[in-house]
Amino acid sequence: MSASEFAERAHVALADAQLRGNLRTATGTIRARRAEAVGELADWEQLREAGRAIKERALRHLDVHLEQLEQTVTAAGGAVHWARDAEEANAIVVRLVEATGAREVVKVKSMATEEIALNAALERAGIVAVETDLAELIVQLAGEHPSHLLVPAIHKNKTEIRDLFRRHLPGCEQLGDDPAELAEAARRFLRERFLRARVGISGANFAVAETGTLCVVESEGNGRMCTTLPETLITVMGIEKVLPRFADLEVMLQLLPRSATGERMNPYTSLWTGVTRTHPPDGPQQLHLVLLDAGRTDVLADAVGRQALHCIRCSACLNVCPVFERTGGHAYGAAYQGPIGAILVPQLSGMREGASLPWASSLCGACYEVCPVKIDIPRVLVHLRGRLVRERADAAAAERAGMRGLARVLASPRAYRLAQALARPGLARLAGRRRAPWWARPAAGWLAERDLAPPPERTFRKWWRGRGSR
Amino acid sequence: MSAREAILARVRAATADVPAGEPPAWERERDAGPDSAYACERHEPAAERTARFAARVREHGARVVEIPDEPGAVAAAVGAACAALGIATALVPADFPAAWTPPGLRRVADEPPLEPAALALAEGVLTGAALGIADTGTIAFDGGAAQGRRALTLVPDVHVCVVRERQLVGSVPEGLEQLAAAARAGRPITLVSGPSATSDIAFERVVGVHGPRTLHVVLATSKTTAAAGAP
Amino acid sequence: MRIALFATCLADTLAPRAAIATTVVLERLGHEVVFPAGQTCCGQMHANSGYRDEGLRIARGFVRTFADERFDAVVAPSGSCVAMLREQLPQLAGDAGDAGLATAALELGERVFELSELLVRELGVEDVGATFPRRVAYHPACHSLRVLRIGDAPLQLLRAVRGLELVDLPQATVCCGFGGLFATKLHEVSGAMLADKLAALRASGAEVCTAVDGSCLLHIGGGLRRAGAATEVLHLAEILASTEPAAA
Repeated sequence: MSASEFAERAHVALADAQLRGNLRTATGTIRARRAEAVGELADWEQLREAGRAIKERALRHLDVHLEQLEQTVTAAGGAVHWARDAEEANAIVVRLVEATGAREVVKVKSMATEEIALNAALERAGIVAVETDLAELIVQLAGEHPSHLLVPAIHKNKTEIRDLFRRHLPGCEQLGDDPAELAEAARRFLRERFLRARVGISGANFAVAETGTLCVVESEGNGRMCTTLPETLITVMGIEKVLPRFADLEVMLQLLPRSATGERMNPYTSLWTGVTRTHPPDGPQQLHLVLLDAGRTDVLADAVGRQALHCIRCSACLNVCPVFERTGGHAYGAAYQGPIGAILVPQLSGMREGASLPWASSLCGACYEVCPVKIDIPRVLVHLRGRLVRERADAAAAERAGMRGLARVLASPRAYRLAQALARPGLARLAGRRRAPWWARPAAGWLAERDLAPPPERTFRKWWRGRGSR
Repeated sequence: MSAREAILARVRAATADVPAGEPPAWERERDAGPDSAYACERHEPAAERTARFAARVREHGARVVEIPDEPGAVAAAVGAACAALGIATALVPADFPAAWTPPGLRRVADEPPLEPAALALAEGVLTGAALGIADTGTIAFDGGAAQGRRALTLVPDVHVCVVRERQLVGSVPEGLEQLAAAARAGRPITLVSGPSATSDIAFERVVGVHGPRTLHVVLATSKTTAAAGAP
Repeated sequence: MRIALFATCLADTLAPRAAIATTVVLERLGHEVVFPAGQTCCGQMHANSGYRDEGLRIARGFVRTFADERFDAVVAPSGSCVAMLREQLPQLAGDAGDAGLATAALELGERVFELSELLVRELGVEDVGATFPRRVAYHPACHSLRVLRIGDAPLQLLRAVRGLELVDLPQATVCCGFGGLFATKLHEVSGAMLADKLAALRASGAEVCTAVDGSCLLHIGGGLRRAGAATEVLHLAEILASTEPAAA
């Protein structure tokens, strides 16, 4: 099956020395921090298994927990909306914002809203959505897409960021490129917007069905700003994020910070349950939760593939993946990148999009080793490759025929021995070549990167026969 | 068919392979085996827990001053902190104890609640806390006594927080267990583990983007801990 | 012990010295080695490339050939083949609904070993009487490292080889970039990973790079040759079989 889409984008990325340098430094640093943070816990493996078990069971009974979540959020004064796809979700959010009369909203980073392209939908409705995560703001000002799940502006250096701020942020014409100065400039710009915001839009890391509690895990404090100050808060969340019990949070809040940023705990975690009508009222008085399907039920329907929904968006797999380190996020061409992207994007689209992504892996297994909720990514990758071959029967007919023919040979001892003998002259002719001749097209990829040694004088079995009986 | 019915129907169809009668949620008490029984509690002397809490909060870049939990001592420490931080007028939740307020410090109660712009002008805010988690250097707020609403501990740039030793727990599971009641009562909870930080600018950890960039903790310890000479 | 040798299609056809050396080492230790002639391939290339049923068909041949109670164990000079046969095969057979194959594979899998785990864990041997006075770096192949979890077994064996100087390989556990068809389908990315592995080898100062997996060695060796480097690749078995006299 075709890996060419990814190959083409990877080709561009591989030639970008700055990107590769940034990625190498960033992923190397986070890997080391993660290892240290994880190494501190004697019960890390138990936590991982508990995390896996919690998610697995929650997904197997997702309908029960979604219904309970709707009930508890509503009882706490929130409103729950259901969206089958991106279009429906965007329409709901636009309608809710328009009902408030606000023309500007402040947004916390949310992969779900990135996935459904909410900002573009808001823009079409004449509503400005200000991204308030520093890196998301940078990416937004640059008119680009994030290149890493957790560190979206990893492809930008401080000079580029300084230039963006000078161009787009008022009063920043003389800005230097010292990181503290840049952060201060962003802070002033965003603080003004927080203090006057009437509508906040967020995602949610988790939602607890038992109590109706939503949870945002963050570092900068912009999440707190967006979920506390405005009168109206709209949270868009994938249905797979629901946790059955409040107690489940204690596992996730140990797994996530250590896996994501290598910290014992991230700076700020916000937990809110509906609307707080205390005296004085605390936070938004209008609360909306938009539950998003958008292909998640498709993923759920695949008994092997559904473990991709365990994902808690820590990005540990991205940081340890040798492919991601060399190609960066843009090569994946989607909101979800790296190993998790390779198994989620095709499944979310019913195997229609991202068909080249399951190939973007050497199956080294480093991702599975670090996944805090034990998603067996290599297994799912192989499984999806199988689905692509079986379900997209029209594509790559030549490969299919070749592989099937080869399989027949390898399944038959006699055909195999014959093939060994027949292949020898061809292999001898390919030795040392850099380009594949017309009769050895499949070898082109191999020869592009490495030499093929001349075949040995004898096969092993010939040597064995030559020993005589012992 | 509504979106709700459609989605639930799809979920049920997708999970039709799940056997009937299977409990819908994993519960540690019932389901944990040797490979999934994670540690819940730390069994340790209070002094050790307090020392770890103080050390980890300091690692996050906050200042921690330990004083004995005696009448007057807390107020004095609060006074010293405000003086050092240049706070002449402090914002407080309406139920911030008078006993913790030093004479000479003007207090402005958040009642009626201040507008965000006014909060932003505050020199500093004084609150108590719900609990502290030693393992992670986390201070939790749950809208309970002496804490006020969330905006109070969010918008002002300086936060002086009184935490009492008896409010400390060792582990994250212990902390969340104690916070569950607030969640069930519908109260919002905030877990703070240090002044905010972002490492998005060329991988340099820049401290303090939003939220209070200065956090000063007055840790009121028992006589035994103070005597043990916790650092 | 009576040990059946699964040479692997790659060693049989392209790198027989690895299988020859495996035979030599085991016979030197006093075991009987047999080579069931009906063997072909484990099926991993097909199984991992989306041709699951074709892979299973090939693997069925392995089970037919080696599920013989006359063999005490089956050994293969390849971590990835053993990972396929022991760990993946039962799972894939289950996915395909072939319970019979799944059970047979599970049972047989208990007696299938990669060479270094057979020597160290099953036979309790670290010193196989080898001499190899060269500077050697060990590359831990991904399947052996993460699926079979052979851990330090190869290093324990290498440390017992007379005259051998074991050097540290920087970032050793990073994948070499072979990955089966990945090496050709995404050859540029594969090549970039290979370049870093070669740089690490250069930094280590090794004269020889060794591993328990022939596919990694084919890929790394091919890269070394393309780069005109003097460093050689040798399968772990070849080093263990070596009784090279010390240099005069």
